Amino acid sequence: MSKVALAQFQQVFVEESLEGLDTMESSLLALDDGGDAELVHTIFRAAHSIKGGAATFGFPEISSFTHEAESLLDEVRGGKRAIDGGIVGLLLRTVDCLRGMFARAQAGELLDDATAAVLRGELAAAMGRGAEAGAAPASARVDRAEAWTIRFRPHPGMLAGGNDPLRLIRELAGLGTLEVTAELDRLPALDRLDPSECHLGWTIALRGPASRADIAAVFDWVEGECDLAIEPVQAAAPAPAPAPPAPAPVADMAAARTQREAGGESTVRVAIGKIDGLINLVGELVITQSMLDTFRDGVDASRLALLEQGLAQLARHTRELQESVMGIRMLPIASVFNRFPRMVRDLSQKLGKQVRLELVGEHTELDKTVLEKIGDPLVHLVRNAIDHGLEPPAQRRAAGKGDTGTLRLEASHRGGSIVVEVSDDGAGLDRAAIVAKAVQRGLIAGGDGLDDEAVAELIFQPGFSTAAVTTDLSGRGVGMDVVRRNVADLGGTVTIRSTRGKGSVFTITLPLTLAIIDGLTAAVGEEHYIVPLVSIVESVQLGAEAIRTVAGGGELFRFRDEYLPLVRLHRAFGCPGAAQRIEDGLVIVVEGDGSRVGLFVDGLLGQQQAVVKSLEANYRRVQGISGATILADGSVALIVDIAGLVRLQGGRKAA
Amino acid sequence: MAKILAVDDSASMRGMVAFTLRGAGHEVTEAENGQLALDAAGASAFDLVLADVNMPVMDGISMVRELRARPAYQGVPILMLTTESHTDKKMEGKAAGATGWLVKPFDPEQLLATVKRVLG
Repeated sequence: MSKVALAQFQQVFVEESLEGLDTMESSLLALDDGGDAELVHTIFRAAHSIKGGAATFGFPEISSFTHEAESLLDEVRGGKRAIDGGIVGLLLRTVDCLRGMFARAQAGELLDDATAAVLRGELAAAMGRGAEAGAAPASARVDRAEAWTIRFRPHPGMLAGGNDPLRLIRELAGLGTLEVTAELDRLPALDRLDPSECHLGWTIALRGPASRADIAAVFDWVEGECDLAIEPVQAAAPAPAPAPPAPAPVADMAAARTQREAGGESTVRVAIGKIDGLINLVGELVITQSMLDTFRDGVDASRLALLEQGLAQLARHTRELQESVMGIRMLPIASVFNRFPRMVRDLSQKLGKQVRLELVGEHTELDKTVLEKIGDPLVHLVRNAIDHGLEPPAQRRAAGKGDTGTLRLEASHRGGSIVVEVSDDGAGLDRAAIVAKAVQRGLIAGGDGLDDEAVAELIFQPGFSTAAVTTDLSGRGVGMDVVRRNVADLGGTVTIRSTRGKGSVFTITLPLTLAIIDGLTAAVGEEHYIVPLVSIVESVQLGAEAIRTVAGGGELFRFRDEYLPLVRLHRAFGCPGAAQRIEDGLVIVVEGDGSRVGLFVDGLLGQQQAVVKSLEANYRRVQGISGATILADGSVALIVDIAGLVRLQGGRKAA
Repeated sequence: MAKILAVDDSASMRGMVAFTLRGAGHEVTEAENGQLALDAAGASAFDLVLADVNMPVMDGISMVRELRARPAYQGVPILMLTTESHTDKKMEGKAAGATGWLVKPFDPEQLLATVKRVLG
């Protein structure tokens, strides 16, 4: 088999194994909640497939590690062992460890690590416990020896059943080191030799602690189709064990593994319905094109209506095609939500809290890029909610609430945006504690005159943390400010509503896609810039008297009740021929990263949808620019990165 | 060249088996579980069936039992290609009427050699 083909199936194997691990995890959690026996079979099947595939696709470490877990599962499946919280926990950690091994396989690193070694021990120990408790049949232990001699003589017809002696010998090699001698005494003369029959026999010296039953199990399929003798070797001076011959296919697999790493590309699974929809649309587009093609030789007035109709159709199909293509990148948020049942279980156990997790709207679809990056902020919010929001059972009882707190994750479409809410019915924000902390940190002078909303906003300030003792859970040097910045990088916003004693709701609003943005086109000299619509507060025309120059050459302007920094885009980006006097242009007030600035431009040209092209992929990263787009006339316009520009200018915080 | 039915719930394993056999010129039909394999076996005739043991919906051994009950499949070789190496399972498979039991990991060349031998 070619290495390329092998690498391709390897990739399919890794993807299906990761899905299998997800299945194992969710089934284990369901089992922990008192699920039925069918779940055990599902978990077993997943482990079993991973073990078999891993051996075939060149990951022997994964195969042997999964084998340990599978053996344990097999005992559960066979009713020999009752499953308890300890085993569920152990198997969950096994799932984590396997995820790590697959990640390292993808990265071309060594598969085994310390965790794997420890877990192997724990899995073996869990099995061992059962052996003692379950009173294993003593007879199985009697027939044990350090070395065996096996005489194996297949009957001539054994090959026809698909049973290969070589494979059996290889399986035997799993029990120890082998020394194999072929017996040629039955070999007929060449003219009488039937190549479809087996004429050879083997004497095999096996070194390694094995039981007679283990050895017999290798041959049980061919029982009655061969002569077999298994004899223990009496203890004698052990000869140095010969190195086992390395099976050739493994080298092939290793080579393919290396090859795969070189071209590791992320893939996306698309529902077949979406692809059918696309094909349909392309079909319609072709029809419209051929209709418009009839106008190639000129248009006369009689057919003008037809031309208009054709162009309208073209516009509609293009828009639909655009939406459908974007839809391919859209994946359900379930893949992010799925990690939370496990996390919430672990965290609540660790903190001694009782938490019921509700997941709503798991089928809501998000752009793949947004989906990949929204995980961390959500994890942080969930951690916060369990750590700081929800109270321990005793405290909840004292507050007249049930012992078990509710944590709710809800995703939904709202207009052109995706809204993800993380809500809890915990203690809510402690206004006094927040104000005290903010004063101590020098963020505010005092709490008077601040409404609850403004107080809640304080937790998003850099360096803010109300936890008296930083726990190892949420206190990882990452604050709410980072959550807000991560979300802002995706073109979204985070807000909080909180009621003391009732709980808090964090609301993340995200754009449907990162590939297209709605923007205003602004002229600066001969250049055009796109300003994302979401960040625009309003645009104003100012007179020279509105501008104040401050020490260091910075300019401020008065907007409502505050002074905001003024950024002259032609200076920031070096555009010649732009308006210099403030009254000759416009100031667009924008908000990014929680701060406001004014952008001075020559004028606004209009609103448009811009397909974002990466600047980094085509040129290099430029501060203050998030990407580029192609305008209708074919020229390039740069898209202003408001948050980046605000950071660059050290803009004043929005009050 | 032969018509072969390859049954496995793992897409990678099924794909690799089918790829290997097609490369040798065989005509391969793929099925995801025992039930789908039975449907396929009813729709056309196969010279050989290669099947996994542990699968959802219908496992490989039940599939062998059902296939053997059909007159058209009494003489067709059925090879189990599986990670399962339990003696009990093997015996169950043998009793159900499977021709051979190949334990994964499978090596493409070995698979082809075995298939060739079984098809005679």
